[in-house]
Amino acid sequence: MDILIIQILNSIFYACILFLIAAGLSLIYGVMRIVNLAHGSLYALGAYVTAWAIGTFAAKAPLWVLFLLLPSGAIVVAAVGALIEPTLLRPLYKRPEEYQLLITFALLLILEDVMHFLFGGVPLTAGAVIDSMGTMRVMNLRYPVYNLVVIAIGVASAVFLWAVIYRTRFGVILRATSQNMRMASALGLNVKWVFVQAFALGCFMAGLGGAVVVPAQAAVLGMGVEALILAFVVVVIGGLGSLEGALIGALIVSFVRTAGIQFFPEIELAVLYLIAALVLLIKPTGMFGRA
Amino acid sequence: MQDNAKRTGPSTRLLVACVIPILIVLLVVPKFLDVYQTQLFTYGLIYAIAALGFNLLLGYTGLLSFGHSAYFGLGAYCAAFLVKYFGIGSLEVYVLVGLLMTGLTSAAFGYVCVRHTRIFFGILTLALSQVLWTLAYKFFWVTGGTDGLRVAFANLTMLGGLIDFKGRNAYQSFAHSYYYYVLFMFCVCTVLMWVIVHSPFGKALQAIRDNETRAQFLGIPIRRYRWIAFLLSGSFTGLAGVLWVPLNGLVTPDILYWPFSGEIVFMTVLGGFRTFTGPIIGAVVFNYLKVYAVASTAYWQFMLGAVLVVLVLALPTGIVGTLARQLGKLGKRG
Amino acid sequence: MNLLETISLKKYFGDTHAVDDVNLTIAEREFVSLVGPNGAGKTSLVNVISALLPSDSGKILFRGDDITHVSVTDRVKAGIARSFQIVNLFDDLTAFDNVTLAIFSRQGKTTNLMSLAHLDHAVSAEADAVLRSFNLTDKRNERARDLSQGERKLLDVALAYALRPKLLFLDEPTSGVSTRDKGQIMDTIASVVRGEGITAVIVEHDMDVVFKYSDRIVVMQQGTILAQGTPDEIRMNDQVAMVLLGTSGPDAFTRKD
Repeated sequence: MDILIIQILNSIFYACILFLIAAGLSLIYGVMRIVNLAHGSLYALGAYVTAWAIGTFAAKAPLWVLFLLLPSGAIVVAAVGALIEPTLLRPLYKRPEEYQLLITFALLLILEDVMHFLFGGVPLTAGAVIDSMGTMRVMNLRYPVYNLVVIAIGVASAVFLWAVIYRTRFGVILRATSQNMRMASALGLNVKWVFVQAFALGCFMAGLGGAVVVPAQAAVLGMGVEALILAFVVVVIGGLGSLEGALIGALIVSFVRTAGIQFFPEIELAVLYLIAALVLLIKPTGMFGRA
Repeated sequence: MQDNAKRTGPSTRLLVACVIPILIVLLVVPKFLDVYQTQLFTYGLIYAIAALGFNLLLGYTGLLSFGHSAYFGLGAYCAAFLVKYFGIGSLEVYVLVGLLMTGLTSAAFGYVCVRHTRIFFGILTLALSQVLWTLAYKFFWVTGGTDGLRVAFANLTMLGGLIDFKGRNAYQSFAHSYYYYVLFMFCVCTVLMWVIVHSPFGKALQAIRDNETRAQFLGIPIRRYRWIAFLLSGSFTGLAGVLWVPLNGLVTPDILYWPFSGEIVFMTVLGGFRTFTGPIIGAVVFNYLKVYAVASTAYWQFMLGAVLVVLVLALPTGIVGTLARQLGKLGKRG
Repeated sequence: MNLLETISLKKYFGDTHAVDDVNLTIAEREFVSLVGPNGAGKTSLVNVISALLPSDSGKILFRGDDITHVSVTDRVKAGIARSFQIVNLFDDLTAFDNVTLAIFSRQGKTTNLMSLAHLDHAVSAEADAVLRSFNLTDKRNERARDLSQGERKLLDVALAYALRPKLLFLDEPTSGVSTRDKGQIMDTIASVVRGEGITAVIVEHDMDVVFKYSDRIVVMQQGTILAQGTPDEIRMNDQVAMVLLGTSGPDAFTRKD
């Protein structure tokens, strides 16, 4: 029974990470109709930057400093996104979408080696954060407090994103542009500026996912490539372009994955991809998506 | 009777004009290159077959698959399984079984995938290919896991056992003979693909690519033809995979991992996906590019990524497409 | 037996009754014009009969057979073809390739993947003949996207014609074309269609064209058939004149003020 609770908490923890990545991916697609193949690599970059920052500046610092450094990954990745959009993506908006896909793939290749160059081949950890927060009692077992904090961050992010998209003027602009770009432009909205912001926000989410996961899971080369596939499964199940879809999809994928690792570890990933394929067959736009 | 040659694109005209000299050059390659270079070039021809197959879907049918590593890898694993579990060394058997298995798989995957277009098609091909990857990765007691499975050339036979590679100079003799075997396959594949894209079926595919609605209103069954194209595409790429593994000596799950699908797309676009010869040139060039990049720096992915960025931003029609356009301009001026 | 018959055909878009209980019959070899103000439902009616849109209720009978739920490709095989108001061609293929495609499809040859298309001389000859009928011979080897608007409209019709349909729908074949070219284009189309006795239904706004070529005119308004008859009958119909021109009187259609 205790193990079950732990498994459930772990699933929710992992679902929060997945949600952050998938929400970013979905946001970018929803507003700009771009599938960002480098999204996983941006998540990895967030993990690396945060791990490096914490490792370098906060070796023996108090907890509150470490926490301040945690979002550094997200901020850096958002800045990178703001640089990428006007230089690499904007020239291709009028071109067939195959080219957009290709350039994000090129970006993936570039980012993977940038991380290799900057941070080396050794895994970087920020375990200090998790350790310094200690554990708390859940039933008869002990569970890292940090994980619960992450779950809180995940929930807060979901609420924050929802509020931004549905309750702010910026959100209205985002939704208008995503539904009808030409009309939005005709109404005087600066679509170029909207795109940069949307892309930066999406990258911020990915970077935050990496920043938040790295105390629990070391930053390693190739983690981005692996994460992208899972993010795809999440948005396929939940629906490309949908916030609720990213949330529900993340939960489903995370729980299936945890159950899978427990009961049928060999085919756990295969099962996930097959579920994605099944959803695409039955309801191509996913549970909550629109075409 | 109007001039029929005008109907074929400039790249095909180039091909026809150069076929004889090119063939001659290809036939004497092993005389002028050492064993390593011959093998390198053989890899190029193998990737060319894969890219030719891939481009039937992209260039001619308008469907971008991000999951072709599945068929390449499946073909390779077929050969490896034949070695490991049946002790078979015949290259012909590898080819036949590989074609059968990749044909069936691409028929099955294709049936599912062609119900969608554009981005959902791409994601679906990606997801399905990764199913194969995780199976190869996880069922390590069957597939050898990350250690992979070996296919040693010493046990290989060609032409139904007429040629084998035991005895002195076996390695050199293998490099030599394998090159010609692959060259033959490459020529057959090129001719077959050329006929397919210039057939009424090939025209129908291009119609579907250009204007799905109008194709429907001409009575063309869209989904069925896309499916047939998918099947053919996967089979060609699967054949390439079969031919790849005896040369490489080893197959690991990496060949099924999705970035390799990206490489197939890369090489096709590098050559020019709106031309017939583009994928061939692109595959050969990409092979050299990657080998050179890997040899010169640990950050070869960055190099390839940068090349791709330049390609997409500045040379979208690829090597052959850009060349064809330049030649076209020259022709008009002269 | 009528070639085409619709029975209580309906197509609604929410509250808009685009096609509202339409009973239309077309006899063989007729040249029928479908006219009406914008939003009358002419194009929607054609879209439903050609299966671009599904109907909401009602029946469509073609040569006595119920084709209401038959797919696009099957309707084409049965003998219904159409052209499009907004030109719908294979832009990257040549005019010649566009037409040969239609012929290959008609002959069921599009499953041939092991024969070379341009070696089929019968098909090539027929395609050249079609291009000749539509005065497009000198544009044979040009890509469809490089043709002028008028030529593209003709090619659009030529594609439908190359299917040798029993019933041909032409959706505003002269729209978007300069007035100077309109007459020429319509003359070409009419001479081909009438010359071969193809049953045609043409959606048109230009009343001069309509009066010149039609056997019968069907006037639609707000999804229903307001009136139908020969050009003379329609010319005399004040109600039709009101609807179409906003004015009536014996010379409503010929007055140029």
